[in-house]
Amino acid sequence: MKGRIAIRPYFFLPVATKHLHIDITRLLRFDRTSIAAALNLLEDRRPPRQEQALTLLDELTTRPAPAHVVGITGPPGVGKSSLISRLIEHTAKTGKRLAVIAVDPSSKISGGALLGDRGRMQVPSGAPVYIRSFAARDRLGGLSREAFAAVFLLRHLCDVLLIETVGVGQSETDIAHIADTVVMVIQPFSGDVLQFIKAGVMEIPDILAINKADDETLARKAMADVKAALSLEQQSWKRPVLAVSAVTNLNLDKLDAAIAVHFHHLTVTRTLEKKRTEQALAWAIGEITHEIGRLGLAALGGPDGVGTLWSQQSMTVSEVHRLLILLRKIRYEV
Amino acid sequence: MKKDNPWVMRTYSGHSTAKASNELYRLNLSKGQTGLSVAFDLPTQTGYDSDHELARGEVGKVGVPVGHIGDMETLFSGIPLDKMNTSMTINGTAAWLLALYIAVAERQGVDPKALQGTTQNDIVKEYLSRGTYIFPPEPSLRLTSDTITYTVASVPKWNPINVCSYHLQEAGATPVQEVAFTLCTAIAILDTVKASGKLSAAEFTEAVGRISFFVNSGLRFIEEICKLRVFGQLWDELTRDRYGVTDPKLRRFRYGVQVNSLGLTEAQPENNVPRIVLEALGVTLSKDARCRALQLPTWNEALGLPRPWDQQWSLRIQQILAYETDILDYEDIFEGSKVIEAKTNKLKREAWSEVERVQELGGVISALDYVKEQLVASHTERVRRINAGEQTVVGVNKFTETAPSPLYTGDSSAILKVDEEAERDQLARLQAFRASRNQTEANAALTALRDAAANGDNIMPVSIRCAHAGVTTGEWAQMLRAAFGEFRAPTGIGGAVVTRSTNGQVGERLETLRARVRNSANTLGRPLKVLIGKPGLDGHSNGAEQIAVWCRDAGMEVVYEGIRLTPDQIVSSARDEGVHLIGLSILSGSHLRLVPEVIAGLKAEGLAEVPVVVGGIIPEDDADELRKAGVARVYTPKDFEMLRILSDMVDVAEAAYA
Repeated sequence: MKGRIAIRPYFFLPVATKHLHIDITRLLRFDRTSIAAALNLLEDRRPPRQEQALTLLDELTTRPAPAHVVGITGPPGVGKSSLISRLIEHTAKTGKRLAVIAVDPSSKISGGALLGDRGRMQVPSGAPVYIRSFAARDRLGGLSREAFAAVFLLRHLCDVLLIETVGVGQSETDIAHIADTVVMVIQPFSGDVLQFIKAGVMEIPDILAINKADDETLARKAMADVKAALSLEQQSWKRPVLAVSAVTNLNLDKLDAAIAVHFHHLTVTRTLEKKRTEQALAWAIGEITHEIGRLGLAALGGPDGVGTLWSQQSMTVSEVHRLLILLRKIRYEV
Repeated sequence: MKKDNPWVMRTYSGHSTAKASNELYRLNLSKGQTGLSVAFDLPTQTGYDSDHELARGEVGKVGVPVGHIGDMETLFSGIPLDKMNTSMTINGTAAWLLALYIAVAERQGVDPKALQGTTQNDIVKEYLSRGTYIFPPEPSLRLTSDTITYTVASVPKWNPINVCSYHLQEAGATPVQEVAFTLCTAIAILDTVKASGKLSAAEFTEAVGRISFFVNSGLRFIEEICKLRVFGQLWDELTRDRYGVTDPKLRRFRYGVQVNSLGLTEAQPENNVPRIVLEALGVTLSKDARCRALQLPTWNEALGLPRPWDQQWSLRIQQILAYETDILDYEDIFEGSKVIEAKTNKLKREAWSEVERVQELGGVISALDYVKEQLVASHTERVRRINAGEQTVVGVNKFTETAPSPLYTGDSSAILKVDEEAERDQLARLQAFRASRNQTEANAALTALRDAAANGDNIMPVSIRCAHAGVTTGEWAQMLRAAFGEFRAPTGIGGAVVTRSTNGQVGERLETLRARVRNSANTLGRPLKVLIGKPGLDGHSNGAEQIAVWCRDAGMEVVYEGIRLTPDQIVSSARDEGVHLIGLSILSGSHLRLVPEVIAGLKAEGLAEVPVVVGGIIPEDDADELRKAGVARVYTPKDFEMLRILSDMVDVAEAAYA
């Protein structure tokens, strides 16, 4: 029997415009209080607020989304934050409108999270820079659902949108689904490259930055590794590999230029539009997967319900298979 | 046998202005104090002039402002420097304050070779605990190295550095960590001096002999006695084996002490007097491990700034110990004690293995993240134990019944209020001083300073020249900021966990609180998000770090912004991040100035609904004033129950958005 699915993810269906707390003109002027309020609304789980968020997104999506969305990823401890700080400082000086999304891990036990540390950045006061941290919450894949949604809002409002992920892992492919340009940061001494190739992560980046290149010998070795890993490429975009240092500012201008060149490449080859469509689709699929999973779990009475089921029926591993068959028969309704 | 000489008796003091502090010093000396211990205000410690934006509200608060040679002359007016033994708690700007001191001596006609005293000058513990650092590690250690190489030749009786264990204990260090991390700092400094190549082998040996220490002493005073013996033994071995010092006299572990402030309580503050006495015993009883200088805090330190009478009481404690008791009459009374020996050996083994671990990580500078995380984790454990009732604090988590105290009625009459006029007075005199100096000479001296910073010449001679030329503290530091850059130390909060157990007093209550935090998302629409920050120049981040760790473990999303933030920075972070609540920590006494600025900033951004809670050493009168200004809750040292504070924060947030 086929399950009948009736879901309405809040971003899908148009809803009649209701009273908006957010002033669109102020948003478009990059008014940071309004941006923050809009993101608060987007995160809000209460149904009336979700309707409002939807209205806001409807309003915005009729407008251009000029921002270049740049994802910065790489394993923990590689110096992503310092590198992003330098990029932010640099972009802030150009007067471009810059938004930053930083995602930090959530504790699996408490659900709590320690977020951000913008104190490291020297942003000129008055520069149009907006920085928001998100907890990864229950999502694997490097971004939180809220951060995903925030991208679709912010890219209408700024010139550059930087996204810092939790740290690369086998499941961290979200960034490829949301960023126009992905920069992967690795450090010279770690065997990172080999691990990434194994994990299939090397397919993700458009630009590779080897950080902490103040140690030249190690950086040269890592460069050779990475270039070897990329040597069989047949794509139109030759992925640049740069040795950089957030400490000495080595080659940061080149990194900045490479990011801009990639955006130009996307535009002239008309791949940007295609990419943006794929991004929306990926988001939708992600939301659907999450939502169906949540509803399915709820249909069984949530984690507690499953627990009861488990203990009452004294389930075994083969019983889990039976449960999965059962699940496929459930009618999903909202 | 001959009676041992008493230690140098000092009281850490200074406030308002150089003139007011000078009067206080002379009063203290007339009461039998035998040395001076200068407390500088935070702008002076972090290299800002009194009229800098970041100095607002901090001028003259936790110490005396010294902006130029005029202030330094006033501070020591009528005090002949060749007769004085002066300790200066100064670190990021130590080279500069030492230069001012030498310049004042020269103006008094005193030969710098006669100067006695010490500059604290330990930047590592500033990164780890005290927060008045300015520059990154490498140039900071170079400045330290410069002061050492300069004084060895030109101010030979001066102790150019006090490697500090004091602040590590305040940050939560166990005795093992305290000994290990302090010795690692000493290694980093001496290695830098050696590598600078500026000293001959003989001079370097002298330099090793000039290294002194500043140690903490807590209430478990038997263990503290053993800790000091471990320090002595390990320093003796380290200087012999690592630096090849053959003269045992140059290998002696020379140290001064300020006894523990962390354990002093706001509740029943009179109990702090016996605490202070016992802590003093730990560093005076044993002849072989006796301190060279002692400073005692006052009974009311957890309430606010001490008055002259409070300081007198602490001085009298020292005098009674030294002159009435017989502790100076005997050889080391612990010699031959099996118990002391066993405990000492155990601590020594553990401490040395921790030294080796840090050295394997590349030394204390490379291991800064590791060391900071260890300290935060130890402190978290300490707070957990007190909250769980596993560690008794009399009058706080046990024996809390009390008769009304005649010493302290809960108002602000039992502490010193800094005259708010002092800041304006200081600013006026700073501007007059700038106007009166020879600008050409000041500019030339600053250019010479820039050149020395760039080409690696010793920073001291040119700094003394700057002092005479009327360069200000802010100008000196700014020139070096431009040359060296600035630094932000690790927060260390990522590595600490309150408890992994869901049992026991803390574990169970934490579970309940987590459920409350999860449920609050229904009221708030999204998970509870808070910002914890420290406005102003105060770098004592231990409290803020604990709140951040506990909030995270209670399930909140925590934006921790660290130290030295302007009210503007806090408001923009709170706005961008969309936090539900702001927690501010201020220990410098500048709360009445900085907190209302944050609240005004929130209003201006249309964020008037975001509640603000404040923690710090805040007298009751001030707390009233803060609440009137719109602060939702004020927490002081007597609020030790973390889980109650956190649950309170959930209430405040829910009420604000209901």
